[in-house]
Amino acid sequence: MTVDTAKSTYATIGEVRQAIESGRATASGIAEAALARIDAEDGVIHSFLSVSRERAMASAEKIDAAARSGNDLPPLAGVPVGIKDVLTIEGLPATAGSKILEGYLPPYTATSVRKLEEAGAVVLGKLNCDEFAMGSSNENSAYGPVKNPRALDRVPGGSSGGSAAAVAAGMSVATLGTDTGGSIRQPASFCGVVGMLPTYGRVSRYGLIAFASSLDRVGPFTNTVRDAATVLGVIAGHDPLDATSSPLPVPDYTADLDRGVNGMKIGVPAEYFAEGLDQEVRAAVEAVIDRLKTHGAEIRPISLPHTRYAVPTYYVLATAEASANLARFDGVRYGHRSAEANTLSAMYRRSREEGFGAEVKRRIMLGTYVLSAGYYDAYYKKAQQVRRLLTNDFIAAFADVDAIVTPTAPTPAFKLGEKTDDPLAMYLADIYTVTANLAGICGISIPCGQSSEGLPIGVQILGRHFDEATVFQVGHAIEKAD
Amino acid sequence: MSTTASVAPELLAKYEPVIGLEVHVQLLTQTKAFCGCSNKFGAPPNTLVCPVCLGLPGALPVLNKRAVEFAVLAARALNCEIRERSIFARKNYFYPDLPKGYQISQFDKPIAEHGWIDVDTPNGEKRIGITRLHMEEDAGKSIHDGFPDSATRTYVDLNRCGTPLIEIVSEPDIRTPDEAYEYLTKLKEILLYTGVSDCNMEEGSLRCDANVSVRPRGQEKFGTKAEVKNVNSFRFIRAALEYEIERQVEVIEGGGRVVQETRLWNANEGRTYSMRSKEQAHDYRYFPEPDLPPLIVTADKQAAILQDMPELPEARRKRMISEYEITAQDAQTLTATRAFADQFEAAAKAAKSPKRVANLVQSELTMRLKAANLELEQSPITMKGIAQAADLAEEGKLSSKQLKQLFDTAFERNEDFGIVYEREKPQQISDPAAIEKLIDEVIAGNPKQVEQYRAGKKTVAAFFVGQVMKLSKGQANPSLLNELVAKKLDA
Repeated sequence: MTVDTAKSTYATIGEVRQAIESGRATASGIAEAALARIDAEDGVIHSFLSVSRERAMASAEKIDAAARSGNDLPPLAGVPVGIKDVLTIEGLPATAGSKILEGYLPPYTATSVRKLEEAGAVVLGKLNCDEFAMGSSNENSAYGPVKNPRALDRVPGGSSGGSAAAVAAGMSVATLGTDTGGSIRQPASFCGVVGMLPTYGRVSRYGLIAFASSLDRVGPFTNTVRDAATVLGVIAGHDPLDATSSPLPVPDYTADLDRGVNGMKIGVPAEYFAEGLDQEVRAAVEAVIDRLKTHGAEIRPISLPHTRYAVPTYYVLATAEASANLARFDGVRYGHRSAEANTLSAMYRRSREEGFGAEVKRRIMLGTYVLSAGYYDAYYKKAQQVRRLLTNDFIAAFADVDAIVTPTAPTPAFKLGEKTDDPLAMYLADIYTVTANLAGICGISIPCGQSSEGLPIGVQILGRHFDEATVFQVGHAIEKAD
Repeated sequence: MSTTASVAPELLAKYEPVIGLEVHVQLLTQTKAFCGCSNKFGAPPNTLVCPVCLGLPGALPVLNKRAVEFAVLAARALNCEIRERSIFARKNYFYPDLPKGYQISQFDKPIAEHGWIDVDTPNGEKRIGITRLHMEEDAGKSIHDGFPDSATRTYVDLNRCGTPLIEIVSEPDIRTPDEAYEYLTKLKEILLYTGVSDCNMEEGSLRCDANVSVRPRGQEKFGTKAEVKNVNSFRFIRAALEYEIERQVEVIEGGGRVVQETRLWNANEGRTYSMRSKEQAHDYRYFPEPDLPPLIVTADKQAAILQDMPELPEARRKRMISEYEITAQDAQTLTATRAFADQFEAAAKAAKSPKRVANLVQSELTMRLKAANLELEQSPITMKGIAQAADLAEEGKLSSKQLKQLFDTAFERNEDFGIVYEREKPQQISDPAAIEKLIDEVIAGNPKQVEQYRAGKKTVAAFFVGQVMKLSKGQANPSLLNELVAKKLDA
């Protein structure tokens, strides 16, 4: 039932670098191997929506030329990467997992992807995801679901299911995903890889096809915390093309990775260990907490009292923003236009009816409703106020602790089809992750063991605004102690 | 153009109109409001576009700082209070020339509020309040005609998408179509002075919608209003308001009720037509634009921006009246545009008599411009030329007749005064002997007048000066002539 991940030749950025620097391998060879692995494995997993063989080989050849002439290699030289299909790359398809963008070729490249490529990464292709990043299982992709490489009858999580699966299956050393309510961390936990949510404003959103602009983040999937730190260091930083990107300088996240947790104060919020938490997940996370204590961390019970309002708050704000962000898909300039329509209003209605999937329509309707005259105050405005309270919970907690540890998801990966008929049950898969998006803080999901069925379990570390460094240090300590 | 409604004047007089105006003004920035595309009129369709103003997936807006500076200048010129923290909002509606499906605008926290403009009315000066001034982006253009297949297709030009706009909303303080006209004229004059817009209504860089209702005189409560759109000149605004007021009075007098609706002005027919009712009105679902942080314009920043504030027309007129000893009417003419006033002041400062410069503009220049149907900016004679002519006249080197002739020639040949003067410089007779010879001739021919003079009627000297000047074909040096006439007569 599982894919043999041992077939992956290179699992980390360090291994790729060593191989190329030592002359044992070329970037072209590594890219060929990665592409061959996609050919061999991805028929089953379905993590890639499109493969950019020519672009990959051209990038790899450039690295090889640089290596041959003895030039210094950039930080991600020859590293095979995949990009979630909500990020644009000039001339490559960008479907956002939706039929409405089938055949659309963007004329420009997202800032995060441009930075990856400038650092020497080799883009293999675009990765499957829930339509417009709306979903927690990748089953909302208009191009079919992704299978969890650790258990093929299970979902990989979502919405960045393809990004998590591609790393888990050894088809990419690193991938980019996006996280609006948990869409990096939850699939990372389901697939047994590392998934990083940077602070809001840390990584440019330019070229990210927006779901909910005030919540969307771009972040990496990798096999190790060190690699996540390396990739974030490459893609982070101010972008003049994104007015919400932060001008704060980007530290070297790998410099103090080995600092350890000795003397750190780590908070454990009671609200994240309540009803609905799977017992095996609880046990695995509590084991992590024990190990942190053993390594010298001071564990403090804390309270984040507004946690229970997070999911409803999220579904008001995210859908409100989505209803506006998805208005541009109207059949006028690009994407799907219904062949059936004879009037302007019919063109809008039919194009959107035919182009969007059920979950996207559900969220557009919900978001349109909460912004409507007479309802705005009761829903949108109220939700903004609750968002402020949730943020204040974290700010108060971080006055006392350096990081917070929670489960990433309440359960391990669930079965394909298990929750597709019950949107509310699906929404609760994000119960531990939406809070960080609402509060704007950073976080990471790290593998911390397996269930009795052999399914990966993830632990989430949350950190202060722009304190990714601490999150990486704690994550690295957990990973080493494992 | 005529209004079709016809209501008896005594019925009309029973009602008081209440009018508020919404004016959209395009800002003259080099680039668009939220991207680096060139902001100019008249380029081939869809050539001034990029992922941002096309609303392509993933593109993000970044605010143009210059647009903020222009908005602050305009707001202060209109006596508004500037908000240190204003918020952009999304105004949601579907239209093919609106690529994102929403317009970035400002809603409950605009950049400026609480301003006013003073306008002249038959009952004296009146203050019209300005509720708010907010920033937003323009939409593109839907082109419904002019193509062979226009019957079945609409074409879209997105060049205008993202052009920075300010919207200026007046209080419902306006009571007559004439006041509306005056308000718009003043508003345009002020904005032109600040230089933030060219206010060209034909090119759509200034657009106006009017809200109008009527109520029985003495009633405090406003009547139900109609919004009138699609009016593209100040004259038409006045006409549309006159029509709409009569229409509403007619409805009420006929026992009906005015319904709240949006109406379109049809300039050819001189009337308004219902476009959509209140029930069909859009719910724009405004909410804060998450792609743009709050706009912060600190007091210090405001002060820095306002250093670029030019002297505004009202203040300038007052100063010019006292500085150049000119009339209020002179000042009005001379400040018609900032550029013209600048030219006048430069010329006036260089000239020997600013008053004479002003007089020449007011009489000789204005008259000829009117006859030639030209605007001030199109005048063949520049302010420099006017100043030169004024000095020559002041020094007595040019008779008024000569000056008029030179002005005529300048207009005929579309040349500046200086050029005409250099070429056709009237030959002046400055030889005393030659002038004396002419004087002798005139004295000999008019013994009666000589007698009068010598009997003590000294004003008769002017007669001799005039006659000699005539005899010299206007070429005698006037001051020399004056001097010699007196000498001869007194001899």
